[in-house]
Amino acid sequence: MLQVTIDNHTIEVPEGTTILQAARMIGGSIVPPAMCYFSKLKGTGGKCRTCLVRVAKSSEKDARPMPKLVASCSTPVQHGMVVENTTSQEVLDTRKSIVEFLLINHPLDCPVCDQAGECDLQNLSYEHGLENTRYEEGRREFPQVDIGENIKLHMNRCILCYRCVYAVNQLTNGRVHGVLYRGDASEISTFIQNSIDNEFSGNVIDVCPVGALTDRTFRFRSRVWFTKPMDAHRDCKTCSGKAVVWMTGNDISRVTARKDQFNEVEEFICNECRFDHKNTTDWVIEGPRKIDKTSVISANHYEKIKQAAIINPVKKIIEKQAEK
Amino acid sequence: MGRKVLTDKIHIPGIETIEVYKNNGGYETLKKALKQMTPSEITEEVKKSGLRGRGGAGFPTGMKWSFLENTSVGPRYLVCNADESEPGTFKDRFLIEKIPHLLIEGLIISSFALGAESTFVYVRGEFKTQIGILSKAIREAYASGFLGKNILGTGFSLDIYVHSGAGAYICGEETALLESLEGKRGNPRLKPPFPAVKGLYDRPTVVNNVETLAAVVPIIALGGEEYAKIGVGKSTGTKLISACGNINNPGVYEIELGLSVDTFLNSNEYCGGLKNGKNLKAIVPGGSSVPILPGNLILKTANGDDRLMSYESLSDGGFVSGSMLGSGGFIVYDEDACIVRNTWNFSRFYHHESCGQCSPCREGTGWMEKVLHRIEYGHGTSKDVDLLVSIAKRIEGNTICPLGDAAAWPVASAIRHFRHEFEFHIENPEIVKNIKHHSPEKYKVAVS
Repeated sequence: MLQVTIDNHTIEVPEGTTILQAARMIGGSIVPPAMCYFSKLKGTGGKCRTCLVRVAKSSEKDARPMPKLVASCSTPVQHGMVVENTTSQEVLDTRKSIVEFLLINHPLDCPVCDQAGECDLQNLSYEHGLENTRYEEGRREFPQVDIGENIKLHMNRCILCYRCVYAVNQLTNGRVHGVLYRGDASEISTFIQNSIDNEFSGNVIDVCPVGALTDRTFRFRSRVWFTKPMDAHRDCKTCSGKAVVWMTGNDISRVTARKDQFNEVEEFICNECRFDHKNTTDWVIEGPRKIDKTSVISANHYEKIKQAAIINPVKKIIEKQAEK
Repeated sequence: MGRKVLTDKIHIPGIETIEVYKNNGGYETLKKALKQMTPSEITEEVKKSGLRGRGGAGFPTGMKWSFLENTSVGPRYLVCNADESEPGTFKDRFLIEKIPHLLIEGLIISSFALGAESTFVYVRGEFKTQIGILSKAIREAYASGFLGKNILGTGFSLDIYVHSGAGAYICGEETALLESLEGKRGNPRLKPPFPAVKGLYDRPTVVNNVETLAAVVPIIALGGEEYAKIGVGKSTGTKLISACGNINNPGVYEIELGLSVDTFLNSNEYCGGLKNGKNLKAIVPGGSSVPILPGNLILKTANGDDRLMSYESLSDGGFVSGSMLGSGGFIVYDEDACIVRNTWNFSRFYHHESCGQCSPCREGTGWMEKVLHRIEYGHGTSKDVDLLVSIAKRIEGNTICPLGDAAAWPVASAIRHFRHEFEFHIENPEIVKNIKHHSPEKYKVAVS
């Protein structure tokens, strides 16, 4: 076991763990944001640079700090390593600049974007972004493309995290989907506008951290925060059948895979479950999906809390007054 | 007259053919290495020579090789980086074109030292002529028994493959080169693991520059200690410098490291001074990605010492008043050159060549180019100079590979040393719009 300290929290982790994984084991606010890393897809990470952290001490043997900030998603932990994330001003400043870079060519069309409310980039810029932009030039523009009958590619919004490329390469057999051109002209594309014709292709929607890949069967039907997520399952021959159905009243608006607290898919689901079963009778509804309190999606959901947890905000003040 | 060990024979007619090369002592060093030395002895000689990577970073070659020693059994590879695409650098092309057998000899000795049985030469795609010359030379070497199975009866076998790049500057970065060689998109890999552990086809690999591998031949011929006597301090040996710009004798020169910049620039043996009696404005001493230095700082360091052509002396003063030897692309600007236009030109290059994988480089290089374009064409605003400094600072050190740094340094250094030119462009948009190639000195004439 290797010992690592991240923002003054010490934890023991097995060999081969990355700094980001160790931080996720500790949890809470010290977890660096990750836009391109996706633990279930091999080879992802290192590209977006939002997870950069400072290594103040490389290891027990080598007490020197690392010369540059490192990508926490791809740097393995060494015994005795000391990492600074939110405790380092340099890291926070750099993160701010990375968010600025990610946003200069992003259209910021959140009011008409289906991803709004569950968008990693939106959350990231809320936490680390600037309130104004220093970028005065035109933003890059691409035409919208339908890849297959169920998926819409909106390249303007893409931050080139490559997650969908890895998802298609690893979940499916055909390699018709990748990155064309280079530099800021790079674009996600399918081979000469091929559709991705595969029963697991819909997962690219779930792995996309922004609104670049959206579900055409849900486009412009509802804002996500007006729908209620419910855990549900069905008998499926191709996948586990475990999904989340997003309900508007008693109707199912869309189906997605179940995502954990880091917005990563727990189990990939097949296209049949995702696109073809929108009747309540198709699904066994388990109950409401637990949504993080800070998420806008939880806005219309009430949560029952235990009696003991209720704290009277004025109780202490009254007691103090009484003592006097 | 400096000592020459790489280019001493290039003026012999027909040296690119194996007969002439052999008649002039060619492949003798190879016989010595293969028959009289063990691989570890060769590595030891290279270590003793103090040879440093000639591709730009200046990493000690012997140390790079020794990282391979402890790795597991199985195939290992040597890759020769001939993807020379840095603006201002054209020394590898010269070497391959003039004396290809020197490189091949170096490749065989180095492969023997590293235990590699397959060696790849990744040549820049635009070097069509040079690929032809090199391929022909390799065929000759096969025919003479210097390549193939059981070379010179020693039991050592080696195949050399020439691979043509497809026009991407980024494929000169060693891990992007390996990706490209594997047939993938040329995106740099995350490090660690370094190529010495997991390189080509996930096998231990050494990637060296053409000039580095060619220099192995004189090192073995002379002996590491003798080679180390050339040069100064930790900068041993000779270096090919490709000189260009407004000078009387542009071209490729082999110099002993430690030659003073003043001598190199003004002596008739080398650059021969500036053309038409112009004054020196600035020099980029190591290819477009190293910081630009104004005339006074390139000839003397901030302490008043003579600036020498060596790794240490050129980087004396850090980035405040120094630069880097880099890959030896020596670009000279006279008083008429416009630093803003030049910076924009470099920036445009890096914008075009960024692979687009990581966000700071993908977005930042384009942003810098657009701001510089605006300033150059008279649409700049007073905030733009500070904005450029800020963008450059935010790219530097935060990217996967050194291309981000290479894009940021020229901009940051140009503003550091020539801020007044940027401000002049911003303050005098009407003049800037009307004159094509401009520098403040020229404006003064134009205005008065």
